[in-house]
Amino acid sequence: MNNPFSIENKVLLITGATSGIGKSIAIECSKLGATVFISGRNELRLKETYSELSGKQHQYLVSDLSCENEVVELSEKVPELDGIVNCAGFNKVLPFHFTTRKDFKEVMEVNFFAPTDLTRLLIKNKKLKKGSSIIFISSISGVYCSFIANSIYSSSKGAVNGLVKALALDLAAKKIRVNSVNPGMINTNILSEGKISHEQLQEDIKRYPLKRYGEPEEVAYAVIYLLSDASTWITGSNILIDGGYTLL
Amino acid sequence: MMELQKFITNFAEQFEDTKMSEFSKETVFSELEEWSSMTLLSIIAMVDEEYEVTLKGDDIRSVTTIEDLFKLVKSRK
Repeated sequence: MNNPFSIENKVLLITGATSGIGKSIAIECSKLGATVFISGRNELRLKETYSELSGKQHQYLVSDLSCENEVVELSEKVPELDGIVNCAGFNKVLPFHFTTRKDFKEVMEVNFFAPTDLTRLLIKNKKLKKGSSIIFISSISGVYCSFIANSIYSSSKGAVNGLVKALALDLAAKKIRVNSVNPGMINTNILSEGKISHEQLQEDIKRYPLKRYGEPEEVAYAVIYLLSDASTWITGSNILIDGGYTLL
Repeated sequence: MMELQKFITNFAEQFEDTKMSEFSKETVFSELEEWSSMTLLSIIAMVDEEYEVTLKGDDIRSVTTIEDLFKLVKSRK
């Protein structure tokens, strides 16, 4: 039976696969029969993700996307793809008056410029098949709402969402779809950086109508939908995954 | 050398509405009306910038007075 939600045999590149959302997406896609090329900075942790993948023929590519030349190298190493999932990203929590241009640049480099360059290079090198799907992991922050001391992260994600709309238009002629998923707080290591105390996290969880943070897999399932042929008429969209947070 | 008085001033500068006279080494900062997530994050950023010590939210919760926090920062120098 033809299953429109299948991603079997699709060849995918997933960045930021060493932890959290990226790792989960890589694992879930492999379980469903896709061939995944995973990239990340930390070789040890990337190998850990690699060892958790189902099936064979996957590959891991160590690359630091804060370096322009490593973005170029990554684009050259991958084969022709059916999809890219841009997960690599990080956050700097700082009250605005303590931020510097350097802080903004560091975050923008990884959260915005790296996926922008990577996508452009893959298109120029004809590494994206007709009908392929590009997905950006954005956020609720900077798009639907923001948080205190989040000016840097919010700016980067706001930029990503702007890019998604314009890219969707420019790539429509190639039948390449471009979408984002916008998660609220997800239980990942990004939370254990520790500036936010446990007490504050407990308070924050109460603000979610569904009374918990999301799990990485719950983001992965939306990404899988956007990668599959079930979503072939969806482009330029943002899928909100936030347990109802932005309703209030 | 880290000086307590200077630390109290740096601490007080993160507040908008609380008078300078309300800050002393005995101040139980979490009881200040203006104490919030924002002031907490500002203290973390100030300590990082002025003293090059990286504090966590739970570090700040673990102490009571400004002097306690001063000692904690000093011990991490």
